[in-house]
Amino acid sequence: MITERDTEHIGQLADIAIHREELAAFTSRFNEILEYFDLLDQVEVVESIEGRECNVFREDEVIPSLSQQDALANTREKEEGFFRAPRVM
Amino acid sequence: MPGFTVSFHPEDRFFAFLRTVGEISCREGRLSGIPVAVKDNISTAGIETTCASRILEGYIPPYDATVVERLKNEGAAIAGKTNMDEFGMGTTTENSAFGPTRNPVDPSRVPGGSSGGSAAAIAAGLVPLALGTDTGGSIRCPAAFCGIVGLKPTYGRVSRYGLIAYANSLEQIGPMAANVTDANLLMGVIAGHDPRDSTSLDFPYLHTPDPEIRGMRIGVPEEFFGEGVDPRVASVVWEGISLLERKGAEIVTCRMPSMAYALAAYYVTCTSEASSNLARFDGVRYGPPADTKKTWHESFQERRRDGFGEEVRRRIMLGTFTLSSGYYGKYYAKAQAARNQVRADFERLFREVDVLAGPTMPTVAFKFGEKSDPLSMYLSDILTVPANLAGVPAISVPCGRVEGLPVGLQIMGRWMEDERVVDVGYAFEQGVSR
Amino acid sequence: MTDTTKVSRPTGDGISFSEKKGTDIQNHTETANVGMNRDFSDDEVIIGLEIHCQLDTRTKLFCGCSTDYRDDSPNTHVCPICLGLPGSLPRMNKKAIEYALRVGKALNCTILEESEFSRKNYFYPDLNKGFQITQYDKPLAVKGHLDIEGDDGEKRVRITRVHVEEDPGRLVHKGGVDRAKYTLVDYNRAGIPLIEIVTEPDFRSPKEARRFLNKLRATLEYLGVFDSEKEGSLRVDANISIQPKGWFDRFGKGKEDRGRVEVKNISSYKGVEKALTFEVTRQKNSLRRGQKLESATRHFVEARGVTTASRSKEMEQDYRYFPEPDLRPLRVSDWADRIVIPELPDARKTRFIEDYCLSPTHAATLTGDWQIAEFYDNLPNDLKTSTATATWVADTLLGELNYRDMTIRGVPLSHFKELLLIRQSGEITEKGAVEVLRSLLDQQKERGTCELPWECIERLGLKVLGCAAPGGKDPVTSAAEEAIAENPQAVADFCKGRSEALNFLVGQVMKKTRGCAKPADVNRVLTGILSRGE
Repeated sequence: MITERDTEHIGQLADIAIHREELAAFTSRFNEILEYFDLLDQVEVVESIEGRECNVFREDEVIPSLSQQDALANTREKEEGFFRAPRVM
Repeated sequence: MPGFTVSFHPEDRFFAFLRTVGEISCREGRLSGIPVAVKDNISTAGIETTCASRILEGYIPPYDATVVERLKNEGAAIAGKTNMDEFGMGTTTENSAFGPTRNPVDPSRVPGGSSGGSAAAIAAGLVPLALGTDTGGSIRCPAAFCGIVGLKPTYGRVSRYGLIAYANSLEQIGPMAANVTDANLLMGVIAGHDPRDSTSLDFPYLHTPDPEIRGMRIGVPEEFFGEGVDPRVASVVWEGISLLERKGAEIVTCRMPSMAYALAAYYVTCTSEASSNLARFDGVRYGPPADTKKTWHESFQERRRDGFGEEVRRRIMLGTFTLSSGYYGKYYAKAQAARNQVRADFERLFREVDVLAGPTMPTVAFKFGEKSDPLSMYLSDILTVPANLAGVPAISVPCGRVEGLPVGLQIMGRWMEDERVVDVGYAFEQGVSR
Repeated sequence: MTDTTKVSRPTGDGISFSEKKGTDIQNHTETANVGMNRDFSDDEVIIGLEIHCQLDTRTKLFCGCSTDYRDDSPNTHVCPICLGLPGSLPRMNKKAIEYALRVGKALNCTILEESEFSRKNYFYPDLNKGFQITQYDKPLAVKGHLDIEGDDGEKRVRITRVHVEEDPGRLVHKGGVDRAKYTLVDYNRAGIPLIEIVTEPDFRSPKEARRFLNKLRATLEYLGVFDSEKEGSLRVDANISIQPKGWFDRFGKGKEDRGRVEVKNISSYKGVEKALTFEVTRQKNSLRRGQKLESATRHFVEARGVTTASRSKEMEQDYRYFPEPDLRPLRVSDWADRIVIPELPDARKTRFIEDYCLSPTHAATLTGDWQIAEFYDNLPNDLKTSTATATWVADTLLGELNYRDMTIRGVPLSHFKELLLIRQSGEITEKGAVEVLRSLLDQQKERGTCELPWECIERLGLKVLGCAAPGGKDPVTSAAEEAIAENPQAVADFCKGRSEALNFLVGQVMKKTRGCAKPADVNRVLTGILSRGE
């Protein structure tokens, strides 16, 4: 069983804020779904030697990059060619 | 390059499109001037692409998805971007941040999802061709609910480059159309190897549908008519299967035991992948800008709370949980094992039969708001997810109605035998229209 | 050599989520023998390293953007893939995998039959996708070793694993990380291929760690996969703890008596030793004061040469690794078998000793850097077999470079080869050669270019002074005559048979000729004049 505290913790881990009023509903939905996922308990994990494809590579050849203007085209928050992000501390 | 312009000003009564392109310049090719609708999770250079999410509002891709490039090369007119469940997470298109699409057959009902906008655009006659994407049934479900044709190709047959990922290991872009011939034409344009997608395989699609199915063995898994399947839908689909039998196919009932946990395996896998895929929308490089007055984590947490709809947040959190330390073994690893068993089931069955047939959806289209709790909504994907888990092709073709609402017949085929499921769909379509 | 073993992955089976949280953070301090009067001389230092090196490919790991970004404006080496634009997909650079395989082989690792990439999920603005593509439970190579000169002779350092991953972007915090109002992000670096090399905790001193890094750097450069000159091309995290002697060998990793500190953010070779030495002292002082040593993460502040406690409250990190679904797995052990590894430092050292008759010390120095080794190897045979040349390159040249904080790179080696040849011909003196070397290096450091050795010799007037036949007027004779005229006392002493007087006069002549005369010539000329004068 997942508690509301657990839901908050998952929110932290997922870096998603949860409105207080949503917490109870979220938690009970989680429990319904996770209970359903318990069906997987009956599955045996065996190392599969599957893998039709492997070693898909590209040669080390330069492809032209975007211009700085195009790279920054989708944001207003820019400065001297840099993207501007919130401070980390 | 000689080109021409196509005008596209549809009367979009069912909110199939999030945005349309009025005047479209095209070139000559197999699809010269044919308007094609593109689901809004497929990147279109210069045309806003949002996945029907607030978190991507205003994002204009600087590049075309490979499938869009292929369409343009064949002269198609990229007519607009269709509505969908936010990031493809839903079965009704009710989860669009910009409002639901309505089902042209019965506007009080959902068109299915998540490619509901593409299906509605075709059902309403706004375009003859549309691209959808199918992660766990998102092409086939709305095709069934709106009474059109939708094909989920073999995994790797159509490039995913430019498709905004929801669950990478499951999803494929595929064609949607009013009939099998048109879907086949569109498939021929979009399929083929693309070095930009490392999971893409070199199996070009050059096919003309052939309605001859005499001697073909069609398996019908009992589980496709089990608990939760509306008996009226079951009976319509059985009639359809008998039609195939009358056309010379041999019908074999069979079992698919892995169906017991296929849905759980699907939801664990797709939410796990989604939790990682959707982490990039931090507003730094694109999308509504991050609030640089706050700290990184404050800004990020609030943006994700406010920018994603409830279902998206739920799936991100579910996936975060199923991948988290101490739970990976219980959920993700088990889901992959289950997935292998689904694959093994298909492989075993396909040694006995050429294709598998059953209903696409357990019911007809829901009323708006009918499925209010997420689990019961998830359960309605039970018949479509096996094909995604195994990466095999599956088509949904219209197969009669229940109380005026369309029912879809689903045909699943062997890996890379998209042509064969198209042929069976075509045979059925021909049989019905005759 | 192949092996199908995997690095084990913790798979819990669903104990209550909130219960689990608490148990992750535990410090192993309960048995710590703390006390003021304990004898700490019996402790030993345990160090393990995690080294990140940029692979010197032309393009990034997952896209075709050029890796040559260092002098360019921010965000000019980016594309939809390395900006993490929605819908873009990674494409693996074959060369990066080949380079990593070379490293795996050179470090005597086992190349796994199947390896794969995984996503490491965390949220930080330097990540373009909200996750880093790296390798987790199926790395490219495992269980290798590299031999170094340890504190007590030859030492085998065990390599835990070698894996490939992408570099994150670069963050700029104007005014410092704690005062900046926002963060500036440049994704030019995002997606540069890195290899991460993890060692077992086999070092017993900061010096050993430093020696290992030097050897590793040389090895990577011999392999042609790494350019140590590029700024930020190497980053090291170090684990360090001080344990009662023998404890670690007996109980092993995870059972340490005292906490282990992870020092992050070391980005230079010298920094590694500095950071570790600081940390040893800090931990020993704590022990002396009777404090418990708890596991912690600290950051190295290069400018101040100290480590500081991590200010960010590191939350319980759960990276939620899972296989990268957009890439295919690798099955490259056969390929690895076909890769031929070039001569590595140890082999070259042996060859230098055997073929060029060098001392082990010289041979070690001369092969410890690929460029120097190449330079030496390409000298004419009579030069490189002479001890004088070895001394000149290993001691003089490298010493002068070191003094100027320069490296052999960016120095015109052809000039130095020429200087060596001139020196050998006797056209300048040993002292003159050093003077030329210094001048050339100073010029190089200042202007990035320098004169030809001959130009320098002429400008400084360092050419060995010729000495004409007896009776002729040459600079040495003139200087000798001057010296004799100015020092009658010494001349008198010489005549009395005091040989020290001649030495004095030779010194005077050398001074007048600014060291450009050959002492033998001076001796001969002086004796000639003095004997005639008698």
